[in-house]
Amino acid sequence: MSLTESIIPDDRVDKLTNEEISRYSRHLLLPQIGLDGQEKLKAAKVLIVGTGGLGAPLALYLAAAGVGTLGIVDFDVVEESNLQRQIIHSTRDIDRPKVASAADRIKSLNPEVKVITHNTRLTSENALEIIEDYDIVADGTDNYQTRYLVNDACVLLGKPNVYGSIFQFEGQASVFYAKEGPCYRCLYPSPPPPGLVPSCSEGGVLGVLPGIVGTIQANEVIKLIVGGGNSLIGRLLLFDAWEMKFRELKLDKDPGCPICGKKPTIHELIDYEQFCGLKPDHEEEPVETIEAKELKQRLDAGDKIQIIDIREPHERAISPFAGAKPIPLGQMTRRIGEFDDTEDAVFLCKVGQRSVFAIRALQEAGYKGKLLNLKDGVNAWARDVDNSLPQY
Amino acid sequence: MAKVLIPTALRAFTDGSSEVEGAGKTAGEVITAVTESYPEIQKHLFDEEGKLRSYVNVFIGDENIRNLGGLDAPVHEGDVVTLVPAIAGGRP
Repeated sequence: MSLTESIIPDDRVDKLTNEEISRYSRHLLLPQIGLDGQEKLKAAKVLIVGTGGLGAPLALYLAAAGVGTLGIVDFDVVEESNLQRQIIHSTRDIDRPKVASAADRIKSLNPEVKVITHNTRLTSENALEIIEDYDIVADGTDNYQTRYLVNDACVLLGKPNVYGSIFQFEGQASVFYAKEGPCYRCLYPSPPPPGLVPSCSEGGVLGVLPGIVGTIQANEVIKLIVGGGNSLIGRLLLFDAWEMKFRELKLDKDPGCPICGKKPTIHELIDYEQFCGLKPDHEEEPVETIEAKELKQRLDAGDKIQIIDIREPHERAISPFAGAKPIPLGQMTRRIGEFDDTEDAVFLCKVGQRSVFAIRALQEAGYKGKLLNLKDGVNAWARDVDNSLPQY
Repeated sequence: MAKVLIPTALRAFTDGSSEVEGAGKTAGEVITAVTESYPEIQKHLFDEEGKLRSYVNVFIGDENIRNLGGLDAPVHEGDVVTLVPAIAGGRP
């Protein structure tokens, strides 16, 4: 589906100055943008949610393109492991709030851009108030609860939501604009349970991937502002950086969508942590844990313990755990016969999140022996027991 | 035989394969054939009642099976079936 009209009303548009004409001359020479399009960019207000991997190229390219007002929302500080992909931040910015670091970089790139920083987590309480002032929202978040929050707020306020999402080598992009096509809930009515899909901090992500997907988002933002072209409304773009393949799928509006369908049941923002299962209402049996130091004491005392490393070989090589038996998570239940249920079994991964799933899978498969989770994983072992190992 | 494209997020359950084959005349049969070859993927695609999970979409070619009759959607020789789960990025 294409959308030909600019979402910026003509009465908000001002003429460009001569300096601006010089600066944006390569845009002005494109008949599809021209003076009208550049004036629309100058009048536009875009909110970028998240200044991480996707937010970095979004903010840089939109600032360079002359978007007049850029809002940026983030509550995080810059960490060293962000710098592999979040190119708006620099080494000297480590420990600074991401919005402050991003604002400085935007200002040095284009001092004419008005930057509004929201150094906060986007929540059901503040989302409508923050988003209301903008024309377009670009979703560069890294979690399901904020994605559903951004989607719902955009549907309720009638704003387009330029969507991008990444995992390892794979990206998705679309434009969710309920007035013209489907929303995120039409595609995914509900999120996966927490932890089912490993996060980038556990599963890894190719540094340039958010660069590519975020740039696609920036491109879609610009077309919505300028008008014309073919937008990603009603289309889902899949990108695989390893195979170097783009695939395109059709997306339709779901008439039964709870927020943008024919008979919506959601009329206001909800509790997204609960919706995403982060506050389970039925109490699941907690998994028993063991601290790194306690495990060390038991091993030193000669206790017989089966230690199971659920990481794949390439990840074990980063910080190997001596004496552990490797059984990757994906093979756990089919190798249930290799366990001795008379001995305690301790499961470990990087930070002790995926190992919980190994334990749950064995419990569900009917394993009767004692299963323990190494609290905070191999990183805790490296921190508290064996300082010669790296934390990653 | 239909070609089934496995997204990165589910490749841990297909021994790393990005592409597998499944025999069947409907989307449901093809995916079930995949779960028979790779049992660990089953619970990521179907709930306890055998319904497709709400965070996984299945496409035949570029059409969502929702518009083609759901799991009964016909699959023809040579069709490409794509599994598209929700991905979020960073935090769990």
